[in-house]
Amino acid sequence: MSGLIKSSIARKVVMALSGLFLVIFLVLHVTINLASVVSPDFFNEASHFMGYNPLVQYLMQPILIIGVIVHFVMGFGLELQNKRARGISYVKYSGAANAPWVSRNMIYSGLVILAFLGLHFYDFWVHEMTYKYIEMNPENPTRYYAETVEKFAPFWRTIIYVISFVLLSLHLWHGFSSSFQSMGVNNKYTPAIKSFTKIFAVVVPLAFVFIALYHHLNPITH
Amino acid sequence: MKLYLKIWRQKDAETKGQIVDYTLDGVEGDMSFLEMLDILNEELVSKGEEPVEFDHDCREGICGTCSLQINGEPHGPDRLITTCQLHMRKFNDGDTIVIEPFRAKAFPVIKDLIVDRSSFDRIQQAGGFISVNTSGNTVDANAIPIPKEDADKAMDAATCIGCGACVAACKNASAMLFTSAKVSQFALLPQGQVEAADRVQNMVRQMDLEGFGNCTNTGACEVECPKGISLENIARMNREYLSATTKG
Ligand code: SF4
Ligand code: FES
Repeated sequence: MSGLIKSSIARKVVMALSGLFLVIFLVLHVTINLASVVSPDFFNEASHFMGYNPLVQYLMQPILIIGVIVHFVMGFGLELQNKRARGISYVKYSGAANAPWVSRNMIYSGLVILAFLGLHFYDFWVHEMTYKYIEMNPENPTRYYAETVEKFAPFWRTIIYVISFVLLSLHLWHGFSSSFQSMGVNNKYTPAIKSFTKIFAVVVPLAFVFIALYHHLNPITH
Repeated sequence: MKLYLKIWRQKDAETKGQIVDYTLDGVEGDMSFLEMLDILNEELVSKGEEPVEFDHDCREGICGTCSLQINGEPHGPDRLITTCQLHMRKFNDGDTIVIEPFRAKAFPVIKDLIVDRSSFDRIQQAGGFISVNTSGNTVDANAIPIPKEDADKAMDAATCIGCGACVAACKNASAMLFTSAKVSQFALLPQGQVEAADRVQNMVRQMDLEGFGNCTNTGACEVECPKGISLENIARMNREYLSATTKG
């Protein structure tokens, strides 16, 4: 087993599994967010549940944070190791001749997403923690919708969110189907997995973009 | 045609190398890339200069000895060929061609364009074989029936000539395509089963020890491989490795 942890294939699989886990989380996230456009009441209910259910708070939330950290730390470590594996750089290297841009620049799309997560955590998570545990405010199951819409009032934040979702799309475009290959799945279903990846990588980030723009353009008027 | 060549020159493993410019006239389209370099070398020798050292042997695409990163791609711009099979008609009069050695920490430069690919040999020695008794009562391999599809896939994997283009092309200098081809050619056949678990673990361990990078599934290796070794082999090796490691 110890060999498994140290080996390049094991690290590949850890990247794949943590990535797929984050993909599942993304589906959950986009579903709840879509509710904010369709039904503010349902959005409030779902957000309140996520914010106060002990299972979500004390089990799923830490697992999610660990998932992000593992995926990032390992991805970054692998990138450094891979750079070292070349040794002396080529004077001329035609990367575009044999591999798509997205696959060669996962570190950059990933870094943008990570920076975005910093802002996103500050916007919502830090806010939540302060509200609940520092200011010790009472539970208010109807506050979430207004808080969310308000976040998208500034143009700059909306734009940063939209750009980050574009980078997320690029990251998923390579990462999703790639994780199957890493886990050893390359068979007659592979073309279907690849097609699904492309649809997923466009539809999910597009939904997030839509939600951000929708709230930016439809502020709550008192 | 007239060509402007930018060639990596390096005296030996210890000395720092650099790109040196050469102009070569009279190159014909039906020459191979290596013949073009032969002509350059004849000119250099007649001028009393050191010829450019490069690897070659069969000059017909079967030995995997020739290498060269040509304009940023291993074995040049054409597909499914080695450098010795690359024709100069792929280039135009007045072109500038950058010629470098395959770059990887695990492929140190010996001189000019020649790199040491013995790391591949060590991966192969770590498990790329089957143990058979050859004391006189060897069973004919063909005595064991093998499904046609498996035999074909094993044969495809076995066409890897160990040239190292996969490593040279990969942005991570990963040797997964080579190693997976060598694992797969046995993993697909009944003769390879007995030592399958040890084979994949030992070969992957050696691959990592040599300092090759980690595969990120860019697929550059498959595109540049002169033998068209498929990424399916890498997935197979991942499967073999996972099942071997988690079981044992
Ligand atoms: S897999 Fe292809 S590119 Fe890599 S060593 Fe074998 S023949 Fe060369
Ligand atoms: S010299 Fe043998 S493959 Fe090119």
